[in-house]
Amino acid sequence: MTAAPHPALELREITAGYQRRAPVLRQVSLSVHEGEAVGLLGPSGCGKSTLAKVAALLHRPYAGTVRIGGEAARGWRHRAPRAQRTAVGVVFQQPRLAADPRLTLAALIAEPLRATVRAAEAAGRAAELAEAVGLGGDLLGRRPHEVSDGQLQRACLARALALRPRVLVCDEMTAMLDASTTAALVAVVEDYRRRSGAALLAVGHDRTLLERWCDRTVELDQQSGTRRCTAALRSAPRAPADTTAG
Amino acid sequence: MSRPSETFRPLLRVRELSVRFRTRGGRDIAAVSEVSFDLAAGECLALVGESGCGKSVLASALLGLLPANARTSGSALLHHPARDAAPGPAGQDRPLDLLAADEATLARTVRGRRVGLVPQSPAAHLTPVRTVGSQLAEIVRELKGLRGKELAEATLAAAARAAFPADHLDRCPHQLSGGLAQRAATALALVGDAPLLLADEPTTGLDRELVERTVDELRAHTDDGRGLLLITHDLPAAERVADRVAVMYAGRLVELAEAGPFFGAPGPRHPYADGLLAALPERDFVPVPGMPPELGDLPDGCAFAPRCARAGAECAQLPVPSDGVACHHPVTTGRSVSASGRREGSTA
Repeated sequence: MTAAPHPALELREITAGYQRRAPVLRQVSLSVHEGEAVGLLGPSGCGKSTLAKVAALLHRPYAGTVRIGGEAARGWRHRAPRAQRTAVGVVFQQPRLAADPRLTLAALIAEPLRATVRAAEAAGRAAELAEAVGLGGDLLGRRPHEVSDGQLQRACLARALALRPRVLVCDEMTAMLDASTTAALVAVVEDYRRRSGAALLAVGHDRTLLERWCDRTVELDQQSGTRRCTAALRSAPRAPADTTAG
Repeated sequence: MSRPSETFRPLLRVRELSVRFRTRGGRDIAAVSEVSFDLAAGECLALVGESGCGKSVLASALLGLLPANARTSGSALLHHPARDAAPGPAGQDRPLDLLAADEATLARTVRGRRVGLVPQSPAAHLTPVRTVGSQLAEIVRELKGLRGKELAEATLAAAARAAFPADHLDRCPHQLSGGLAQRAATALALVGDAPLLLADEPTTGLDRELVERTVDELRAHTDDGRGLLLITHDLPAAERVADRVAVMYAGRLVELAEAGPFFGAPGPRHPYADGLLAALPERDFVPVPGMPPELGDLPDGCAFAPRCARAGAECAQLPVPSDGVACHHPVTTGRSVSASGRREGSTA
């Protein structure tokens, strides 16, 4: 279908869940190509967050393969090889649960940089990221309890972009946020993708949002993922994302 | 739309309500400033705004649930609903000032009895180690004083009122889906037949279908003659059920309007409300530039001015609300009244 030899992210026949006898997902397949934005829709409890975790190498499936840039995943969570682990950036739904309360926002954003040897350039890159997501001034010196959900989610997005991931997974990134912050964060993601050509898997239940944001949307079935994904190709109009956040 | 207009008797009359938090550094956080609105029985007022704009603090203030370092001023008069008050002369209905009432009054006569709270994140509101049935029965026992067989029957009836399935009553909160947990929390809020319902972000994290079902159910309780204050950042949900919309920015109400004209034509009049609606993915999907100001460091004038394309010299003065809008330069550009909504027109 596409000219690219390998999809940026390929999930093939994934069976995953939390009880081996009753997996949440059964044989679900999904591909996201270089530079493509795919929206994954489904009602709550259908397993879309589980699929996002599998795609981000954060949850080991019972069966199936995950390929990132054509290369099969060789480990999960901390056992994933660094090159694969850092190729995927993740933004979760609840920034409060995804942020270490002891870190300042500046440290939060710089954490992946400090963990990956590039300590020297960490400060400069962190400042650049903070500016891209519209965080500035004294906000960066604050800890999570001193900022709003929207501001904290901006920091979490900056953190996800810190290592320049080839694939970005946004699991309900904006479900907690108001319309304006949602539009601002989507603009940041699209700006990054336009410059880097990264692929996007956006998980959510807001059909209007995902159809506006993504190139195509895929629906996960109601029956607890027992059926395969019914991929519906839609030509959703892309957002006029020329606005830079803040 | 269905406002009882013949004799507008508010259920809740909030005047000049302000909440200040004193921080340890001696700084004052202006969480809510001079908020005034009325809410009638059978009416749904949606309070919308960005996170951190003071919406939830307002709800806590109305229930007397603010932390100890908060100071309130103004008044929030809770009237008895018309159906309870005798049709006799005035004076029968002595309103209760929710801000001045003491804790004992609030605990014994207000919370759950005259004001029901439908909480944000029902899963966290319910006790995790007890079944929904036992929690519901406890509330029914406390509020209605029933025992034994009557209690069991009333508990079932209370569950049915919020459309909570009876065969799930023996489940703990973690065994419920988000939608059922929401209904359980709504059932708890409805037990006391409170004439006023406060719903604080009742739909956060629910999928669209559940959001619609939840707000529709709240709307149905409103149509039974309750007043509903729906606090939300979900504009489509507000559009679905609200009679009127109050837009809050940096602790102040910047616009109070009928829902029909606000969401349809001619649209909102305050530039912030206009920007908020334009940010919706089904509209322009363009964010309001910048971020909300710090509540501890608000400017003397209009708090929205630094983000506003229409701001001028006058905006250094605090705008006085007139006709429901607090702005020196309200949006008035003649916009097309086309069904497809507007695209350009707001950027002056």
